[in-house]
Amino acid sequence: MTDKKNWPLWEVFIRSKNGLSHKHAGSLHAADAEMAIENARDVYTRRSEGVSIWVVESRYITASSPNQAASLFDPADDKVYRHPTFYNLPDEVKHM
Amino acid sequence: MDPKQKALEAQFQARIDADEKIEPKDWMPDAYRKTLIRQISQHAHSEVVGMLPEGNWVTRAPSLRRKVALLAKIQDEAGHGLYLYGAAETLGIDRETLLEELHAGAAKYSSIFNYPSLSWADMGAIGWLVDGAAIMNQVMLTRTSYGPYARAMVRICKEESFHQRQGYEILLTLCRGTEAQKQMAQDSLNRWWWPALMMFGPSDGASTHTEQSMRWRIKRKTNDELRQQFIDATVPQADYLGLTVPDPALKWNDERDHYDFGEIDWAEFWNVVKGNGPCNRERLQARVKAHEQGAWVREAAMAYAEKRQQRQEERNINPRGLKNLAG
Repeated sequence: MTDKKNWPLWEVFIRSKNGLSHKHAGSLHAADAEMAIENARDVYTRRSEGVSIWVVESRYITASSPNQAASLFDPADDKVYRHPTFYNLPDEVKHM
Repeated sequence: MDPKQKALEAQFQARIDADEKIEPKDWMPDAYRKTLIRQISQHAHSEVVGMLPEGNWVTRAPSLRRKVALLAKIQDEAGHGLYLYGAAETLGIDRETLLEELHAGAAKYSSIFNYPSLSWADMGAIGWLVDGAAIMNQVMLTRTSYGPYARAMVRICKEESFHQRQGYEILLTLCRGTEAQKQMAQDSLNRWWWPALMMFGPSDGASTHTEQSMRWRIKRKTNDELRQQFIDATVPQADYLGLTVPDPALKWNDERDHYDFGEIDWAEFWNVVKGNGPCNRERLQARVKAHEQGAWVREAAMAYAEKRQQRQEERNINPRGLKNLAG
């Protein structure tokens, strides 16, 4: 067979324990979502590293571009008033 | 080089010098990308081919305990190969191409796996020495400049230490056994010591990639530094086993605070790299055979997934469950 189709690439996210969010663990190839979950279990949780797995085909992820990172995140650069230390309170007001 | 390119490269080097990590979509010099693809794929191939010498002993492991440990180690190696292929793929090369390069003999893997595993003691020596040498290299690589490679290394290092300990335990058991068992352990050390030292690659003067890789912080230590570090850590472990390291020139040097050691047989090293080691052909044939014989499984799984998806889409257009919903 010459026009073979390769298994697509999936990104794997693992929740290490309840209370924590899923975190990107890596990627793998699988024919479908079910196989991606099974492979993710075998590859990324061999030592009980997870209680929940998300998989998503890599081609469905849209990422921001690092070339435009400066302008994309620029709006946050000059808003010091979003931080608690911007506000002066007298020492008598202790923990706030 | 045109000025724009030059500016980009200077910017890139400044990021490296500031110890920033480079991530997949960041701009990088073509040569940096190429070097990483070569190094990471070599590393991945080594993990995968590395399963072969150990697979040789699974059915002959002396106890169930040893057998499950060996199987778990081999499964880890497959996983390590996968993390690394994944890291390489972030650089814009696909898995199929990487495998084709391996199977065509265009991509290299660690020469250590071109030596045969002749006795059960070799399972001990491989874990202790081969994984031990790999750990030296990999611990350094957890700080490599390319993010996905560094992250793969962190996972691998966490898992690798069990490999080395299980290997050492095998040898320790043999060394505390009968005279014949101890002899088996010594014979194994005699065969694996020098190839293990060669795993760090040519010495710094002869290494074509080291200088640039150090500048890009892909590597953080030179081949000779890592080799020395490995020898210093390993010789006392051999002493504890009561085994003799097969190097008459090996001697502690108080002044250098390191072991001095004998000259490596570089002719042998290059000969194995060039494909003339004891098992080069056999290893590659085994990989190609496994890949070819597994082709129908990969194709069947893909066909099944496509068929299921197609049925799902048909159901979405003409939902047969409508009656139930209405009821």
